[in-house]
Amino acid sequence: MNSAAFVVIAILTLAASLAAASLPKLIHAALSFAVAFIGIAAFFFLLGAEFVGLVQVFVYVGAVAVLIVFTILLTRRDVQDTGKLNWGGAIIAIAVFGGLLWAILKTSALSIAAPQIEALTVKRIGGVLMTDYVWPLQCVGLLLTAALIGALILVMEDRNEG
Amino acid sequence: MIPTLQLFLVVSVTLFSIGLLAALSRRHAIFILIGIELMLAAASLNFIAFWRFGPQPRPPTGVMIAIFSIAIAAAEAVVGLAMVIAVYRHYRTTNVDQFDRLKG
Repeated sequence: MNSAAFVVIAILTLAASLAAASLPKLIHAALSFAVAFIGIAAFFFLLGAEFVGLVQVFVYVGAVAVLIVFTILLTRRDVQDTGKLNWGGAIIAIAVFGGLLWAILKTSALSIAAPQIEALTVKRIGGVLMTDYVWPLQCVGLLLTAALIGALILVMEDRNEG
Repeated sequence: MIPTLQLFLVVSVTLFSIGLLAALSRRHAIFILIGIELMLAAASLNFIAFWRFGPQPRPPTGVMIAIFSIAIAAAEAVVGLAMVIAVYRHYRTTNVDQFDRLKG
């Protein structure tokens, strides 16, 4: 596993996600969000899960980021955040970060290098999806249909009152 | 320096904390959704990292859970953004501090 690539991807991903969380202009935050998800997909490529990385790029950068931009444009009135930071939330986030980081750095069993594995082909993923994971697959299909219908009902104009 | 499992977990916990910071401390509803998406992505990065560094099970469980979590996160984003639009129509704002009609 390439360590220079790891450092570059880590810096890109963390900087972009920090920008997505803290930039005052919403549209800039949405674009940084897309960059952060490209970085996470690059991590998946580095770890040998190419299919998941591609799905991540298609779903997040292709669909969710565009959806967020559309929502920002539809709710145009306040595209600027007030800029006031809620300090309670920041303290909780820093405490969670500190606690988890302490636990990770204390566990010595985690400092292992990657073993050699056989490549995970799309054919194998498809086979597993159609055999061992066929029930979760059907449930996710049902969930996506329900989410689609629910989103349509939520944003539908109420014609009777207008 | 060879990337170990520990380094991937450090990256993922940093990503999770940034998402938590965005979800808890911003006032704009879309920022909260962005924070939740970042936290979900950190979780699936953890699944992939543990799959890659652990013993290889016959069905690649970590990869499968990451794929399903991406699908569920997409459904969550769609419903969340639809709710933001519906609430915006009603209140003419997306600032979550002003959604206080149910407050006692």
